[in-house]
Formats: sequence, structure tokens, C-alpha cells
Amino acid sequence: MNEVKFSKEHEWIKLDGDTATIGITKHAAEMLGDIVFVELPENGSSVEKNGNAGVVESTKAASDIYTPVSGQITECNQSIVDDPSKINSDPENQAWFFKLNIKDKSEMNSLMNKEEYDKFTKENDS
Amino acid sequence: MEVQKTALYEYHKSLGAKFVPFAGFQMPVQYTSGIVEEHKITRSKAGLFDVSHMGQLFIEDNPDLEKLLEKIIPIDLKNIKLNQSKYSFLTNESGGIYDDLIVTKVKKGFNIILNAACKENDYKMIKDALGGKFKLILNKDLSLIALQGPKAAEILESVIKGVSSLKFMNGDDFSYNENKIYITRSGYTGEDGFEISLSNKIVESLAKILVSGGAQPIGLGARDTLRLEAGLCLYGHDINETTTPIEANLKWAISKRRREEGGFLGYNKIKSNINGELSRLRVGIKPLGKIIAREGTKIFSQDKNEIGLITSGTFGPSVNGSIAMGYVKCDFTKPGTKILLEVRGKKHEASIAELPFYKKNYVR
Repeated sequence: MNEVKFSKEHEWIKLDGDTATIGITKHAAEMLGDIVFVELPENGSSVEKNGNAGVVESTKAASDIYTPVSGQITECNQSIVDDPSKINSDPENQAWFFKLNIKDKSEMNSLMNKEEYDKFTKENDS
Repeated sequence: MEVQKTALYEYHKSLGAKFVPFAGFQMPVQYTSGIVEEHKITRSKAGLFDVSHMGQLFIEDNPDLEKLLEKIIPIDLKNIKLNQSKYSFLTNESGGIYDDLIVTKVKKGFNIILNAACKENDYKMIKDALGGKFKLILNKDLSLIALQGPKAAEILESVIKGVSSLKFMNGDDFSYNENKIYITRSGYTGEDGFEISLSNKIVESLAKILVSGGAQPIGLGARDTLRLEAGLCLYGHDINETTTPIEANLKWAISKRRREEGGFLGYNKIKSNINGELSRLRVGIKPLGKIIAREGTKIFSQDKNEIGLITSGTFGPSVNGSIAMGYVKCDFTKPGTKILLEVRGKKHEASIAELPFYKKNYVR
């Protein structure tokens, strides 16, 4: 059950027990260009599925980060706040954004698997 | 309107450029290395920019030309030497900036470089102001490329002998593969560099030689971060038809004679601005936190009164931080003055900063 899932807003999510780790996809990082600042949600705060959970600033624009599932934030990745370029170099691994305690695992069902997400980004590119 | 392409479009594509529509053209916003890297390479080595979307207007000399041109451009044409370039504007009746431009006096008349989005309207406005007896050409068969950065002179000199002896804001005729080209020592990055006007037919050939000589192609994204670090205005953002040159802190671009004598569109407003009737001024702004204050961000005093608006804001790779420009009420223009910026509903601390954010290295 450790399969990585993807949202239409270009976040990835990996569930381990009740803890979900969330970041943005490589595709999203490429689209955003050089990321220079990042704002993460507050530790302990509650976030709702598809709700706002941070902002990334690239040289080009500010973009909201959404959480693909509801829950309570348990940890934020300070290392990407200190060095946002990590989001461009390793978005789907080291540069995760935050972890949360998932409220309702069934929210995972509506998300895409890797194959579906790749197809989704290809369709949206053309 | 059909999207236009510059003569270098296929070359940009072959280099992996990402394109954006800009003023009716498909222009490269960045190449594969990204905006931050492209910015740094321009500051440390040399960047090559395609700015062929800009207007290249030629006006043939005529005994009445200087007098009529001075009525719409507050430039001192009595004091412009052959091959000298000057930064100036087209003004409107209320003293606003209709466009900003570079005028260069050449042997047979004047070359004027116009902003891409304004060039057709500028052409009409200038033609109307001059009347029918002048020969004006808005060149469509010319490209314009800029080579900018500390290595620009060395790279260009190895291809075109003699260019490195040009002084800042001066130009001359040169030849490339037996074609006549015109080069000025100028640019919009805060670096030493050159702007090269040449036929569409030979631009790709020269671009490739400059790249093989060590220049890196740079997109509009880095052009924007470079010019903002250098404190330079972007038309349609930092200056427009509602901002006067004095409000825009560009008084230096209007010579003393023209400031005193006037005789150009909007002079009454500009004169009253010079005499102290000024409600706002363009300033540099440095946000303190990890935020970018983009165009439209509201500026507040420390006691939370709205005092102005941001017109450009980005991350400056060479100053390694957030930078912005905007207009504030005249009581708040002193460098170091603490202000607040409203970004995403929250007020963030910032201060008024000296321009430029990044110090220039022009060859004088």
C-alpha cells in the first residue's frame, strides 16, 4: 500500500500507515522554473483535501500548493525552505513539502497512479 | 492577430527554448538551464539575447527634422553627436510616457529603437507629428541581438574587429561577412555589452558564431531579472501613459536645455513636477522576508496607510534576494525608510532601497 499517487494539481503523495508525505511532481517543478522561495503550512494545523497548503515562488510566478488529502500537519521540510533549489533538483524524493496524519484514507482512491498521471500530463501538454 | 516569429525562432527551438507570447511574438522565455543560471552567466561571462521583436525605426534627415522631433521627444538633438545614443521617451499631452526609446544619430538620419508592443502606434504617432515630407521606415528585415556581460567585448571583438573601442552609448557601422551592420555599446542588463542591428538573413550565422565563441543564449525571463537588478524600467509596468518621467525618477534623461525650454508634449505637467508638484516617485524596494512582491502589490506605511504600489518584483539572483520597484508618496522615498507590503493578505516588512540593486560595469 506504499504506492505513490498523484493529483491533478501536480502533487505526489506517499502513504505509510497513517502518515502521508506530500510534495510536488517533477513535471510541476519543471513547469514552475527556478523556485526561489517556499512557504509551508504550520505544524499542527489542519488542512482540507484540495485546500491551500503553501506557496512556491519561482522567478516567474507565485503558485499555490494544495493538499490532495485532508489531515493534520505533523512535519514540514525545513531544508527546502533553506534551499528551495532542491525542489527543482530532487522534487519527488528529498524535496518533499510536508507530512500529515491522514484523516480519511478513502480520499486516496480518487487520485491517479503513476501511469495515469503521466498520461494526464501528456494530454495537458499538447 | 497572427503570432509572429523572429528570424532566430528555429535556432531558439533547436536550443530547447521554452516560448511565451510577448507583444505578438513567440519569444524564448528561457532555455534548458533556466532563468537563474542564465542570469548568472550574463553577469559572469556573456549572454546573447534576441530582441528582434523591438521596433527599429529609421528617419531620414531633413532640415526640419530636429525641430519637429524635439516636439514629441524631450531630447536635446542640438547636442547629440554622430553615432551617439540617448535614452528618451515619447510623451503625451498630460506628460505621461507614451513609450521609452533609444535615439541614435547616424550618418543619414536617426535610428530609434522602440518597444515591441508600442512600435506600430509609435510609428503612426511620429509620422503624424512630422507630417508627410519625411521618410520613415519601420524595418521588418532587420534583426536586433544583444550581447551582454563582462566577456561580451572579447567575444565580439574576435568576430568583428574594432567594436571593443566603442564607448558606452555610442555606435558605428561595421561589417560582417561583407554585410553592413550597425553596433552600439549599450544594453538593458546592467552589464557592459553591445546591441547589433543586422539583416534577418545573416543573424543566425552571427548568433551561432557568438555562441561558439562562448556566449550563452538567454531568454526574456533572465532579461527581466537582470534589468530589474540594474534598476531599469520595463515599459507597460514601471512606466506607462499615466507616469511622467519625473515621477519615474528619469529626470536625468531630459537634458537641462529641454527641462528649461520645454516645447514638447506634456511639458506643463513635467515642469510642475520638476518645480516640486510631485505626488509620487519610483523607488527601489527590498522586501526583508522570503516573499516576492509582484506587480500590483500594495505598499503601506508603518502606521498602515496605503502609500503606493509595486510595479515590478522578482528574485534577483546576483543580489540573492527579493527585489522590487514601485511608486510611493514623496514622504517615503528616502532609502532605508521602513514600509509594509501586502502579499497574500499579510503585511510583510520591506524598506526603500537605492537603485540599482546591482552595480553597473559600463565602459565609459
